[in-house]
Amino acid sequence: MSQSTQHALQQREQGVIESDVIVIGGGLVGTAVGYGLAREGADTVVLDQGDDAFRASRGNFGLVWVQGKGHDLPDYSRWTRSSATRWPGFAEALMADSGVDVQLRQPGGFHMCFSDEEMLERQSRLQTLQDALGDYPFQMLDAADLKARLPLIGPTVVGASYTPQDGHVNPLKLLRALHTSAQNKGARFYNGVQVDRLDGSAGEFCVTAGSQRFVAPRVVLAAGLGNPGLARQVGLYAPVAPNRGQVLVSERVRPFLDHPTINVRQTDEGTVQLGDSMEEVGFDDNTSTHVLEAIARRGVATFPLLRDVRLIRAWAALRVMSPDGFPIYQQSATHPGAFVVTCHSGVTLAAAHALRIAPWVMGGAMPDELGVFAGERFLTDKVFSHAH
Amino acid sequence: MSHSAVDVVVVGAGAAGMAGAVALAGLGLQVVLLDEQGSPGGQIYRGITLAPLSRRDLLGPDYAHGNVLAQALASSSVRYEKGAAVWQVTRDHQVSYLRDGRLHTLQAKAVLLATGAMERPFPIPGWTLPGVMSAGAAQILLKSAGLAPSEPVVLAGCGPLLYLLGWQYLRAGVPIKALVDTTRPEDYWRARRHLFAALRAWPYLRKGLELMRSLRSAHIPHYTAAEQLAVEGDEAATALTFTVAGKAQRIESRCVLLHQGVVPNIQFSQSLRARHYWDADQLCFSPVVDAWGELDVPGVFAAGDGAGIGGAQAAALQGELAGLGIAQRLGAIEAGQRDPRAATLRERLALNLRIRPFLDALYQPREENRIPADNVMVCRCEEVTAGDLRKFVALGCAGPNQAKSFGRCGMGPCQGRMCGLTVTEVIAKARGVTAEEVGYYRIRPPIKPITLGELAGD
Amino acid sequence: MRTDPLFQPVMSEVRSTRTVTLSFNDQALEVPAGISVAAALLMSGIHRFRATPVSESPRAPYCMMGVCFECLVEIDGAPNRQSCLIEVADGMRIRSQEGARDLIFQPVSVQAVEVQS
Repeated sequence: MSQSTQHALQQREQGVIESDVIVIGGGLVGTAVGYGLAREGADTVVLDQGDDAFRASRGNFGLVWVQGKGHDLPDYSRWTRSSATRWPGFAEALMADSGVDVQLRQPGGFHMCFSDEEMLERQSRLQTLQDALGDYPFQMLDAADLKARLPLIGPTVVGASYTPQDGHVNPLKLLRALHTSAQNKGARFYNGVQVDRLDGSAGEFCVTAGSQRFVAPRVVLAAGLGNPGLARQVGLYAPVAPNRGQVLVSERVRPFLDHPTINVRQTDEGTVQLGDSMEEVGFDDNTSTHVLEAIARRGVATFPLLRDVRLIRAWAALRVMSPDGFPIYQQSATHPGAFVVTCHSGVTLAAAHALRIAPWVMGGAMPDELGVFAGERFLTDKVFSHAH
Repeated sequence: MSHSAVDVVVVGAGAAGMAGAVALAGLGLQVVLLDEQGSPGGQIYRGITLAPLSRRDLLGPDYAHGNVLAQALASSSVRYEKGAAVWQVTRDHQVSYLRDGRLHTLQAKAVLLATGAMERPFPIPGWTLPGVMSAGAAQILLKSAGLAPSEPVVLAGCGPLLYLLGWQYLRAGVPIKALVDTTRPEDYWRARRHLFAALRAWPYLRKGLELMRSLRSAHIPHYTAAEQLAVEGDEAATALTFTVAGKAQRIESRCVLLHQGVVPNIQFSQSLRARHYWDADQLCFSPVVDAWGELDVPGVFAAGDGAGIGGAQAAALQGELAGLGIAQRLGAIEAGQRDPRAATLRERLALNLRIRPFLDALYQPREENRIPADNVMVCRCEEVTAGDLRKFVALGCAGPNQAKSFGRCGMGPCQGRMCGLTVTEVIAKARGVTAEEVGYYRIRPPIKPITLGELAGD
Repeated sequence: MRTDPLFQPVMSEVRSTRTVTLSFNDQALEVPAGISVAAALLMSGIHRFRATPVSESPRAPYCMMGVCFECLVEIDGAPNRQSCLIEVADGMRIRSQEGARDLIFQPVSVQAVEVQS
C-alpha cells in the first residue's frame, strides 16, 4: 500500500482531513488535475466514488483528437491543440512518475466520409479552422488517396479528412497512470466516498461525506455528472447532462491499423474498438442492439475485413455533456477558490488539465482560452446544441 | 437478422430447460428452446441422446435418467433449435442468437433462463498448463466422446462430481493414480449440523457412501486434507504437488483433473442487471428469484443450477415449476389448477434439496484454493495474477469493474466466467469487506462471441 | 506437436465405424465422427492448442463446455474457434492458434486477399 494511502487511512480515522486542495472526482479529469496539483507541490486530496459509479472515464475511446474541434469556437480549438502538443511530454512524465506506458501514438488521424456532402462539410470546417488559426494543417483525401494510405479501406468510403495532429492513447492505462502518478507525487486518494455536502466561503471549503469531513482553502469540482448539484453550493453553474455513447470491442487482432480514425481504432493490445453514438437517454448506460448494429455496419463499411472479427465486448457509457458540448472551466466569483472543471474529452484534454488547469487552481494566471468556458454562458434563453 | 414472436423462449436444453419447455408446451404455449450444443442434455446429461448403451451403463443410472427428459422433449411441440448460441437477452424479452452463421431475434412474452452451472475456478499455481482440466471437462469427454485418460490420472479437490468421476473411471477400467482430497476433518465437523437433514435424504447419502466405498476398496491412493496444491511443469503439466500434515507430496502425471464444486452460470442474469445475492454457504453469486423462479426482472425466470446449485433432479422440478409460473402469467393455466400441481413439485423439490446443506458444508472449497497466492493466475485470458489484483486494490481499486480498468482483468473472451468469483473474493479479502459488498463484474452482451459481420447483418 | 495422447477411447466402447480425416498443422489425423474437434485433438496426441496473445504461453482445453475459451484453434482458415463446441468434419484443416489472429481471413477454398501495404 502506498505511503500516502496509508496516511490517508490514518487521517480518515480522525474524522477531519485537511489539505491544500480537494478534488471531488477521481476520473480522468479529477486525476489529471490532481496529478497537476501534486506536481505543483500542493497537498492534494482526491475523492472518488465506488466501483459501481457511472464513471465516464471507463467508457472511453482513447482518442487524442484535434481535427474539427472548435470550428465554431476557435478558443476550443486552441485549447485542444495546446493539450495535444503537450501530450508527449505529459506521457513521459506519467511514465517517469508511475512506470506505466500509456501508449501514446500521434501519427495523425482520419475522419471517414461516406458521401460527397460529408466531404464538403468536413472540408468547410477544417478550412474555417485553418483560416482562424493560421497554422492548421489538414488534407482532404479522395477514395484513391485514401486507399493509398489505408489499403484496407472499404469501397463505400468516399474519402476522408486527415490531420497530422491526431493520435490515441490507452485510456485505461492512462487512468491507472494518473492514479499512480498522482499518489506517487503525494496526492491522497479516498475511494468509496459519496459526497453529501459541500459548504464553504472564500478560501475555506468543507466537503462532508458520511462521518468524514475534508477541508481545504481550494476545491475543484471534477465530479462529472455529479457537478451540477455541487456547483450550486459554491456559486457555480455547471449544467452537464448524460449523453450515451456505445462502443464495440473485438478480439485481439495482429496489428493492421496504426492510425486512429474517428470511428475505428486498433488499441495497443490489438483489440479493435468501434464507435460510437450520441444518445440522449438519461442515466441509462445499457447497450442497445440497433445502435450496436449501426456501429458494426459502419465499422465493416470502413474496413470490410473486420466482418470476420469477433466481438468480445460491447459497452455504453455516459459522457458528461454540457448544452453546447464545450467544457466548463470557471472559478467561482462568489466563492473564490472553488473551481469547476468538466468536459467530455477527458483524454485529449488530460495534458492541459494537468499542466495548465492545475497551476491556475493554485493561484496562477487563468489560461487565455478559458474565458469562453464559463458556466454563465448557459444562463440565457438561447437554445444550445452539442452536435458539432 | 430474422425477427419473430413466440410465447416463451427457454435458454438451455439441460434438465431444467427440457423440463420447463416440455411443461410449457404441454399447456399449449408456443415454446422455442435454444441450446448451443448439437444435442440436448446440457452438461449433466451431455450427449444423452447419442450415447451408446455401454456408455450410459458406465456413467450410471442418474445419467441415464436424462433420456426420459430428452424423449419428452422429442415428442413435445417445443421448437428445439440446437447449435444456437444466445448472445443477448433483453429486459424486454428479446432473445438474440447466432445459428448457422446468421443472427436471429425472438420476441417472447417470457424468458426462462436454464443456463445451468459451470465449474468453480480452481486457481492454483500451474492451473493454466496444458494437461490440467476440470473434472467436469473429463466427464464431458467421457459423455460426449467416450474418452478417458490414457495414463493413470490424478483427481484433485473435493465434491461429489470428483468422486463420481472417479467411480465412473473405475467402472471403465481407467487407472487412477491418486485422489488428492482437500476435504479436512473440520469440514466433516462443520457438516455435522446438517447430518440429520442428510439422513432424511438417505437415498442420496447412501449413493454417496457406496461411491466412496467403491473408491476405497479399489485401493486408490487417497490423500486427505491436502494443502498447497500446485501443478508442476513448463510447457505442460508434469506433476501435482501438495502437502498433507506439513509433509510434501509429489505425484507425477500429465493429466491433472481439478474440481471443487460447481457454481451457477450467471452471465445472462447479470447482463439483465437482475439482483443477485452472495450465497455464503456455496460461496458464489446466485440470482434472487421468487417461488416460481422469477427474477426481479419481470417476465424473466431462472430454473436449475443457473438459479442456485441443486443438481439435476432439482433442476428438472424447478424447470417445471417455472413453466407453471410462466404459464399462469400468460393465461394458459389458472392459478387454481397451477397450485396443486406446483405443490406436488415443491414437495419433491424439497426432498431433493435436503442433501444440499450437508454437501455444501462438507465440500466447501478451501480458501487457499479460492483466494490464491500472489503468483497465481486469476484472469487466464488476460494473464492477471492475484498479486496484480492486490496491487490494484492498494491503488484504490474497489471492485471487479475497476479491476477491469486497472489491468484488463475480466476483459478477455471468457468475459469473466473463469475469474469472476476469484476476483470478487480476492478484492473482498484485500479490502476487508464482504463479497456481497464488492459485487461482481458488469456483464454485457454479447454473451457469446458474434462477428462484426454477423452483427452488421452482412 | 504430437505426444502420446492424454485421452483414449474407453475399453467398453464399441469402436465407432465411421471416421473422418482431418489435419492439424498439416498433419493428417483419423478420428471418430460425431465428436468435438477438441476431443479429436486430445485423443490424437495434440497437447497444445494455442499460444496466448499476451505472453505466448501454451494452452489447451480446460472446461470442454465453451466457458473457458482455452480450446481456441483455427478451423478452415477461421481463427479463434472454440473447438469444444464444433463437431469434426471430413477434410477439416485445423491449425493451432498462435497468439492474436490475423485480420485477413483466408478460407481454404478462396484465393488469398491481396493487400498492398
